[in-house]
Amino acid sequence: MLSTLQPPRSLSHFRRRTSLKPFSSLSSQPVTHSTLTDQSQSTSQSQILSTRDSLLSRQISAAELAESFLSRLRRTEPHLRSFLHVSDSAVLAQARDLDDKLRRNEELGPLAGVLVAVKDNICTADMPSTAGSRVLEGYTPPYDATAVRKIKELGGIVVGKTNMDEFGMGSTTEGSAFQVTANPWDTTRVPGGSSGGSAAAVSARQSMVSLGSDTGGSVRQPASFCGVVGLKPTYGRVSRFGLMAYASSLDVIGCFGTSVADAGILLHAISGHDRLDATSSKREIPDLASQFGSISLLDSKPLKGLKVGLIRETLNDGVDIGVSSAIRTAALHLEELGCSIGDVSLPSFSLGLPAYYVIASSESSSNLSRYDGLRYGNQVATDELNSQYMDSRAKGFGSEVKRRILTGTYALSAGYYDAYYKRAQQVRTIIRKSFKEALGEYDILISPAAPSAAYKIGEKKDDPLAMYVGDIMTVNVNLAGLPALVLPCGFAEGGSAGLPVGLQMVGAAFSEEKLLRVGHIFEQTLQNCRFVPPLIADEDIPC
Amino acid sequence: MASTIFRSFQSHPFVLQPTTLLRRKNVLLYCTVRSAQTQAATQEKVKPRQVRVSNVTQNKTLENVLKDYEAVIGIETHVQLSTVTKAFCSCPYNYASQPNTSICPICMGLPGALPILNFKVIESAVKVGLALNCKLALNSKFDRKQYFYADLPKGYQISQFDVPIATGGYIDLDIPVEFGGGHRKFGITRVHMEEDAGKLMHSDDGSRSQVDLNRAGVPLLEIVSEPDMRNGTEAAEYAAEIQRVVRYLGVSNGNMQEGSLRCDVNVSVRPIGQLHFGTKVEIKNMNSFSNVTRAIDYEISRQVLLHSQGQEKEIVQETRLWEEGAQKTFTMRKKEGLSDYRYFPEPDLPGVFLTKDYVDSIQDSLPELPEMKRRRYEKMGLSMQDVLFLANDMNVADFFDTTITKGADAKLAANWIMSDIAAYMKNEELTIPEVKLSPQELAELIAYIKDGTISGKIGKQILFELLAKGGTVKGLIEEKDLVQIVDPIEIEKMVEKVLSENPKQLDQYRSGKTKLQGYFAGQIMKLSKGKANPGILNKILLEKLNAQS
Repeated sequence: MLSTLQPPRSLSHFRRRTSLKPFSSLSSQPVTHSTLTDQSQSTSQSQILSTRDSLLSRQISAAELAESFLSRLRRTEPHLRSFLHVSDSAVLAQARDLDDKLRRNEELGPLAGVLVAVKDNICTADMPSTAGSRVLEGYTPPYDATAVRKIKELGGIVVGKTNMDEFGMGSTTEGSAFQVTANPWDTTRVPGGSSGGSAAAVSARQSMVSLGSDTGGSVRQPASFCGVVGLKPTYGRVSRFGLMAYASSLDVIGCFGTSVADAGILLHAISGHDRLDATSSKREIPDLASQFGSISLLDSKPLKGLKVGLIRETLNDGVDIGVSSAIRTAALHLEELGCSIGDVSLPSFSLGLPAYYVIASSESSSNLSRYDGLRYGNQVATDELNSQYMDSRAKGFGSEVKRRILTGTYALSAGYYDAYYKRAQQVRTIIRKSFKEALGEYDILISPAAPSAAYKIGEKKDDPLAMYVGDIMTVNVNLAGLPALVLPCGFAEGGSAGLPVGLQMVGAAFSEEKLLRVGHIFEQTLQNCRFVPPLIADEDIPC
Repeated sequence: MASTIFRSFQSHPFVLQPTTLLRRKNVLLYCTVRSAQTQAATQEKVKPRQVRVSNVTQNKTLENVLKDYEAVIGIETHVQLSTVTKAFCSCPYNYASQPNTSICPICMGLPGALPILNFKVIESAVKVGLALNCKLALNSKFDRKQYFYADLPKGYQISQFDVPIATGGYIDLDIPVEFGGGHRKFGITRVHMEEDAGKLMHSDDGSRSQVDLNRAGVPLLEIVSEPDMRNGTEAAEYAAEIQRVVRYLGVSNGNMQEGSLRCDVNVSVRPIGQLHFGTKVEIKNMNSFSNVTRAIDYEISRQVLLHSQGQEKEIVQETRLWEEGAQKTFTMRKKEGLSDYRYFPEPDLPGVFLTKDYVDSIQDSLPELPEMKRRRYEKMGLSMQDVLFLANDMNVADFFDTTITKGADAKLAANWIMSDIAAYMKNEELTIPEVKLSPQELAELIAYIKDGTISGKIGKQILFELLAKGGTVKGLIEEKDLVQIVDPIEIEKMVEKVLSENPKQLDQYRSGKTKLQGYFAGQIMKLSKGKANPGILNKILLEKLNAQS
């Protein structure tokens, strides 16, 4: 009935919690997972929903749950180094507070007890926030980013701050000024980037979900590399207030989860207009959180009528065979679910990469001007203002950041502006238009999330151009401001257990609801695939 | 860029609570340094109004040379808007509050903070654009102007570059009679919105500088004129008219001493008849209109002198500072080519879109502007001196307008305001809204004098009472029994009484000493407590004095 996929290399035992009770607390619509438990072992279930259920049914206390995550974190962290900061004691204190509330039968927020890791470029008032940069070493912001504030208000617990390429500039997390994060599927490989820490943390179940940021693919590519779900929302859906700007017109805060449901529920929690971000959308948020119920087993074609376009340019030369075959298999799977699959060409696709690097570098050269060492962050004291600027910035920024500041400064200079920045904006308009046309014809577009699976640490570190090319699958989506969901769909060769491959689904602006529904059905019907990395394969873990 | 020494900048992140900030920091870093500029403004009046170009050159020869040259002057005016909160955050701004007490993550440029536009800024810009007869851009945007300086927290200033909100306007003004008079129309190139930077405070020995970010993010309008002015007086009057316009509109207090109105002036000179402009020099640091006049006149003389000595190559593109004490301009920095500010559209703010309806509604709500007032007053038959005096200050104009709507004669009202009321305000250092006299009462006063109820002399007495203590004309007249005596019978009785009490003087009068009429009039007036109508009094007195001869 469903598509056949490559057998998972990781066939660790998996003990399902059998005592799950149906629950109906997150939304007015009762959500039950009981049907899922009847299905194949490969399906991912929502950790957020099951956490809520376990807490409400007093099956486990919040403190026990937090402790189990923290102990796994402590065990795996020496291998992964996904966190720059972990707040053990604060996490446990918050969990105990939650248990007190439970004892008093107080109302719980929808994210009560949910352990969230936060990328280090998202401001947290009670933890350092460095964006992976030496220039902000030891800096603790005086306020929470809007996304973080919302998570806390709904009962979520921030576990810590995750490692990243400095200011989001990189695709491997090797660009962090502090440490290199390893991929839980193979610790000799990169987790992707720039949100590599957030992806690795969720993949290794160091946290249930996490926040990342996506300027050119920084949520989606590491999600693909680490075998987790990554969601890049439409530009404007989530407030950027408190996200340290890399490229303001492209940056979005995104979500990681081990299931589409978790990514969707987390997105729902952080979405919405924010008066502190003039570019956040006033559009109403659909109920993104309540559609992750059972898939009707009566309907063998749950996606009947859905038109899916496979972007031809993303399966060209330069894409690893393992990746392209996983994507083609995923397309077949969608077809079996009732979708009609077409081949769509976006002729401007290849123009996206240079346009992206011009625009992102230009904006970053401006956004990073504030790191001058005068008001906060690392300062090199000198006797003269200009040398203080130069020395503080020379010592504070890493080489990739400097490269992009220089590129962007050049592109915005008088005499070059028209040839670079203005031209790149024109390309951006063309790309936006071509996506619009394609999405007029198709409900969603699919492609790989990256041209390869995770590669070795150090492999592309000294070859920035090779690393930039790896962003080809994702940057166009940022230029067009569209939402995209990446979910693991298969495996490529590599490592001890194979390396996960992510499928990217791109939707029209503000169509996250549709992407999540399709993603959820795809995920729940995907058989014989279990995306638990070998590092923790022997543990009793939530899926 | 000035090579200021910055030894004392701290590397720790700012803490937001201002009290904490002050407590935690090196107190020296945040102590208020009184700017020397504020004192300079008050000293200016005693300075001789003389341009000293060099010790050897006599002013007479300079005047001869000046005739052969023409100066070309353009002005960039920065107007600080008096919105309740800053342009892109909700911090209030109050001049002279303790350093770094009105700051937040947004105006400090902390990581992750974003600007949110205060829509009052747009409203003010539209008002000023319309008042300056500009064409408004219905679709404009903000841009980033990038440069590094210690008072600029983000490393860029949010401004407007290629699509300013208003362009292509003009301003009308009248040169005061004492400066030669005449009507002028000067072109306005553009009006755009931007944010102010913070303030640097330098220690006396120049070894350290401190940053106060209270002013960072305060909204400004930059108004750029066409190079239409030809001397210091025209330039100062242009600036004064801008000040009047923004004050009439209520968008700024226009205070030059506080820096709410700042003028950067570009001056060049060329031999009369030459078509292309000479090299322009920018002058800054003038904190009063008379300084603007003097700085420009000095600079014109300096440049003309260089020209006349064949040294025009010495005139270079540079920024010069006006030094109040020396009454000279000095080089601040030479410009080596154009600075590249790497402008690009501000991605954190959506475009600024105005609807025609919105613009129309603002247009309809505009008050009567100075130029309209002046033309109206002129039509009333007031002299240009009166017109300028009244229209110069919006509050005075309002007072005058209300007085005449209460029925007072325009010329009489103007006279009262310009003479006794103005003198009182000057002596007491009060503004017209602060005096106790209301326009209603001034109109009453004028009416009582006109209909003869009180004399002009009593009127003046009452005026000073009203100015200082308030009350009504009617009340004061009744309270003090000041109604003029116009009844001939009553006056006749007083005349007779005085004549009968002074038989000796009467005899002297009748024997030819007619000068004594004044003596009798004074006695009668004294008897009437000043209330007798002088006309009637004198008529009756004369009749009585001459009756029996």
